Amino acid sequence: MDKAKKTELQKLACKARMGVIEGTFNAKSGHPGGSLSICDTLTYLYFSKMNVDAKNPEDPDRDRFVLSKGHTAPALYSVLALKGYFPEEEIKSLRHIGALLQGHPCIHIPGVDMSSGSLGQGISSACGMALAGKLNGKSYKVYTVLGDGEIEEGQVWEAAMFAAHKKLDNLVAVVDNNGLQIDGPISEVCSPEPITDKFAAFGWHVITMDAHDFDDIERAFSEASSVSGKPVVIVQKSTKGKGVSFMENQVSWHGSAPNAEQYAQAMSELSAQLKELED
Amino acid sequence: MADVIKKATRESYGEALRDLAEEYKDLVVLDADLAAATKTGIFKKAYPDRFFDCGIAEANMMGVAAGLAACGKIPFASTFAMFAAGRAFEIVRNSIGYPHLNVKIGATHAGISVGEDGATHQCNEDIALMRTIPGMTIINPCDDVEARAAVKAALDFNGPVYMRFGRLAVPVINDAATYKFELGKGVVMKDGSDITIAATGLMVNEALEAAKTLEAEGISARVVNIHTIKPLDKELICKCAKETGVIVTAEEHSIIGGLGSAVAEAVTECCPVPVVKIGVNDEFGHSGPAVDLLKEFGLSAENIANKAREAVKLK
Repeated sequence: MDKAKKTELQKLACKARMGVIEGTFNAKSGHPGGSLSICDTLTYLYFSKMNVDAKNPEDPDRDRFVLSKGHTAPALYSVLALKGYFPEEEIKSLRHIGALLQGHPCIHIPGVDMSSGSLGQGISSACGMALAGKLNGKSYKVYTVLGDGEIEEGQVWEAAMFAAHKKLDNLVAVVDNNGLQIDGPISEVCSPEPITDKFAAFGWHVITMDAHDFDDIERAFSEASSVSGKPVVIVQKSTKGKGVSFMENQVSWHGSAPNAEQYAQAMSELSAQLKELED
Repeated sequence: MADVIKKATRESYGEALRDLAEEYKDLVVLDADLAAATKTGIFKKAYPDRFFDCGIAEANMMGVAAGLAACGKIPFASTFAMFAAGRAFEIVRNSIGYPHLNVKIGATHAGISVGEDGATHQCNEDIALMRTIPGMTIINPCDDVEARAAVKAALDFNGPVYMRFGRLAVPVINDAATYKFELGKGVVMKDGSDITIAATGLMVNEALEAAKTLEAEGISARVVNIHTIKPLDKELICKCAKETGVIVTAEEHSIIGGLGSAVAEAVTECCPVPVVKIGVNDEFGHSGPAVDLLKEFGLSAENIANKAREAVKLK
């Protein structure tokens, strides 16, 4: 990836992280940790990979995205706002009464392709979208992002079996392997490991990726695009809370919002990162 | 009297899907390893490229249906009522109901008439469960003619629809040549002035039989077929409450949360009259031949007549 493009993506991802902090702070609730871990991936998808147009959000030929780990909606909303689906101001009323932006993704929000958030369900919807693409003779791809804790849901493996059996090679699932879920490290709660081996055994093409390195993200998604006959899973090694020092790798930031002081510090850190990228 | 033709509504479902597939190009059918029993196998034979077996994985099947609908297809997700409404309830609620997607759920083997398989497979709770999902339409047809019409009506309606079909062959009571199905509209099958029997599914025929018995005793019973349980035809129910002063409901479903509850909820708001509910009481079923179970659980013309005689005294 050339340097200018990479810097541009890094700046956008940094802005997306600021949106996550802005949204959860104003909502006084939400899930910043897992939102911050997927900002680079979503930024790459919406600004460098997916065929989508904010001016034509219902285009039947567009690529689809389903945020199966729907609690990290702040990341999706921030990227959609940056992409121009709705004004960035909407982020400030996330989770408020009467607001556009619901606590979890809702299909009625511009740019959101599927309601999600009850874990394990998004990947099944993504399978249906991929199957519809095949039936309708469309060349679009369907992307979905799951949490590593989420894959403890049995429905995920029903979907994994289905996707491989139906040869849905227009489906790319990303597992956000930040290693933490609400009750603690995934290895201590009810370990879904080894994740790559499980998907391989279910008949998927498996790719691993560094979730915070745009060169590696590009490599992984390029490989995903070249696969035929099988669905693809990208298991991304990520840092929960990425970009905000005191949130990184802290399970306590799974589902709690920053207070005023923490908000100021987080925004200060992210502003400094953005300034460095702009210089 | 001509011989009564009997047919299971699950059979009508499979045939209707096949017969409508040519006209409705986006119609696709999903099943969860029960195609022979749900009768979607009839569709599969005619349109193998539009049939998708999801295996024994109902949760995923409902999610796949949601994704298909989000991309313009009209999926009919088919399995037993127990697994469609029961096991997959939360997927139906969150992935189909909340986004209000155009998914049709074909739930067969509903009610006690599943028979020998026993309590684990006798779903008497599905109407109650589905009624609580905002925007869900629920159709419970009474015979072959109505079941076929229901499938077409579901296709012509944009939104989630739960259709309930039975395993047991039941009498064909409607005339295919003249029958018209109107979603959300109850049908007065027989007029009467002393009492209304509001019935759904296979209980409609029992209600008609009960009305004949009552007629002979001088009790004029009106029989109303409520094929669409949600949205309920409140206008008709309230009219019946006002004109006959008492209602007996009859359904092959728990007395908790089904047609009886829906009717009672409606009349308490417009015209409070006694509502006597006939259905499966608050208990599980058990194994046995369907016809015997129906009798045992009071899902019969005889029991409707008995309850109606008592009910008219409540006026």
